[in-house]
Amino acid sequence: MKNVSYVRTEMLQEKAPPVSQAGIIKWLRDNMFSNIPNSVMSIAALWAIYYVLSDVLPWTFQSSWNAKSLGECRSAIAAAYGEGTSGACWSVIHDRFLQLIFGFYPKELYWRPVVAFVLMFVAIAPVLFDGLPKKMLRFTMIYPFLAFWLLWGGSIWFPLMIIAGFVLGAMAFNVVSKMASSLLGIIAFALATVLWWLFFAGGAAGALQSIVPLSIEAVPSSNFGGFMLSITIGIIGISLSLPIGIVLALGRQSDLLIVKVICVGFIEFIRGVPLITLLFVASTLLNYFMPPGTNFDLILRVIIMVTLFASAYMAEVIRGGLAALPKGQYEGADSLGLDFWQSTRLIIMPQALKISIPNIVSSFIGLFKDTTLVSIIGLLDPIGLSTNIRANQEWNGVIWELYGFIAIVFWIFCFSMSRYSMYLERKLQTGH
Amino acid sequence: MAKAKKKLVVSDKVAIQIENMNKWYGSFHVLKDINLTVYQGERIVVCGPSGSGKSTLIRCINALEEHQQGKITVDGTHLSSDLKNIDAIRSEVGMCFQHFNLFPHLSILDNCTLAPIWVRKIPKKEAEETAMHFLEKVKIPEQADKFPGQLSGGQQQRVAIARSLCMQPRIMLFDEPTSALDPEMIKEVLDTMIELAEEGMTMICVTHEMGFARQVANRVIFMDAGQIVEQNEPEAFFNNPQSERTQLFLSQILGH
Repeated sequence: MKNVSYVRTEMLQEKAPPVSQAGIIKWLRDNMFSNIPNSVMSIAALWAIYYVLSDVLPWTFQSSWNAKSLGECRSAIAAAYGEGTSGACWSVIHDRFLQLIFGFYPKELYWRPVVAFVLMFVAIAPVLFDGLPKKMLRFTMIYPFLAFWLLWGGSIWFPLMIIAGFVLGAMAFNVVSKMASSLLGIIAFALATVLWWLFFAGGAAGALQSIVPLSIEAVPSSNFGGFMLSITIGIIGISLSLPIGIVLALGRQSDLLIVKVICVGFIEFIRGVPLITLLFVASTLLNYFMPPGTNFDLILRVIIMVTLFASAYMAEVIRGGLAALPKGQYEGADSLGLDFWQSTRLIIMPQALKISIPNIVSSFIGLFKDTTLVSIIGLLDPIGLSTNIRANQEWNGVIWELYGFIAIVFWIFCFSMSRYSMYLERKLQTGH
Repeated sequence: MAKAKKKLVVSDKVAIQIENMNKWYGSFHVLKDINLTVYQGERIVVCGPSGSGKSTLIRCINALEEHQQGKITVDGTHLSSDLKNIDAIRSEVGMCFQHFNLFPHLSILDNCTLAPIWVRKIPKKEAEETAMHFLEKVKIPEQADKFPGQLSGGQQQRVAIARSLCMQPRIMLFDEPTSALDPEMIKEVLDTMIELAEEGMTMICVTHEMGFARQVANRVIFMDAGQIVEQNEPEAFFNNPQSERTQLFLSQILGH
């Protein structure tokens, strides 16, 4: 046998990897034409893309923007691009743009939803991105009431009295949680807040309004419509379903039997029922349970149903995140003496939510798109409006342009959410 | 481990008192009639075959596991089902786990300051100073801004020790702290633990590091089938084990 003993006297230095030949040719060869089946597929795909675009692009751009009716639009396209040319009648969007955005909101008050929309970005920015001053979060907390006041108008005292309910609840929580447990504190918070709203808020707002009248023109819910309505329902649903979902997910894992049964029952009931039936309940049945003469706003009822529906799904998504956490994380937190709420807030939830980000955002996107279902119960969201527009004599027969436009607007919102979630996942990535 | 063994003082004040403790998992009797008194300043090594209940025993001390019978008193506080008592004991008793259980979403420094800030209500700045002091002690202050996932196993375990120390505990529990580590990393963790022992910390370690037991322990406990089979000073325990079960165990782990 040969001598196999060997001793390395010098450790090797790290070297750069070999420089592979770069450039477009190399890329094409690697990615599209690496072998015969791949080449065939690539050529077929290119042909398919060409086939679709060669029809869609001329249709999109050989279009008319300023016509007042479908007939006028068709003849304008024929005049400009020759007889028989099929082009898009973007005129319908141009003609009805404001309606698609604002529904039947009074024209002279358009500035109010616009201001609310712009301020929304100011309000959510400190939640979405860190590095912004923490004080901006105070505005985020006021924003829901401000937006409500801007959109629906009326006396400013009403939203202020709603805030007062929260303040009262917080005071009740402080007192009770110091005297008894934090669970009783939460119950005291809910009781104080709801009782205030039910019995005192309306009266107090009215009284204050008669002393110091501060109000802007009220706009009834029936005038709401278009993307304004979709965004209102979507944003409220999204921002409420996450906290409610967290509470339900924790409740489902609770050791307290009654809490657990209530949460499981709620989640399983809501998940077992189609959203559309809940919306019908909101629009028709719910009125039978109200005292006669009560006017319970339809949009509010719809928002409640959409939120409850999304919360049940959210609870299950978050439960998945909780289940994915190793038991050691709970033990690590326990062994340091953190109590249940501390370890949930500081250790468990941040990680469970991080694991669930893709699913949470899917749920948000689903909720936002589901807002179009409200057209079925007669609310004039973009889909409901397009039915109306198409029933109109001038625009009878327009399909692709209207629905295409609505699809693109929805896609922009949903794609932004999806991109943000990927950014968030990258930002929260802490391991290697 | 050639360092000369220092003479460490064991006080006669009781740190942990366990009386007639029994525990079941379902119908399986895991811990049987455990009686153990730990004095302040003691360094106890618990060893025994797997499934003998040694981890369960020390996890009962800070109530990570519930015991069904008997009485545990930690530092004068009786361990009952009262949550306030349990949290009080946990903040006095540090614990290191086999798999470290660091919080991966927090930086090393935040891992160390979290409990002091939230449980002890110490101002952030002061908590950070304490944390840096203990990170220096476990010799990784330069990693303070990294995340646990970026550290080696040995470094993570030392962070876990520092994290426990930041709560200024009077007792430290170690649950197989080196079992998940490469041989090269075991030494760095053991060195940290030895240093801690030499400062007079009361420690209970579940470990198979017999060299560590010989060097720092003042008492070795051998457990089998949920009961304490033998306990003695390390010299006597290793050189002259009394029970047959202990002899067999030692011959198996020291035999190669």
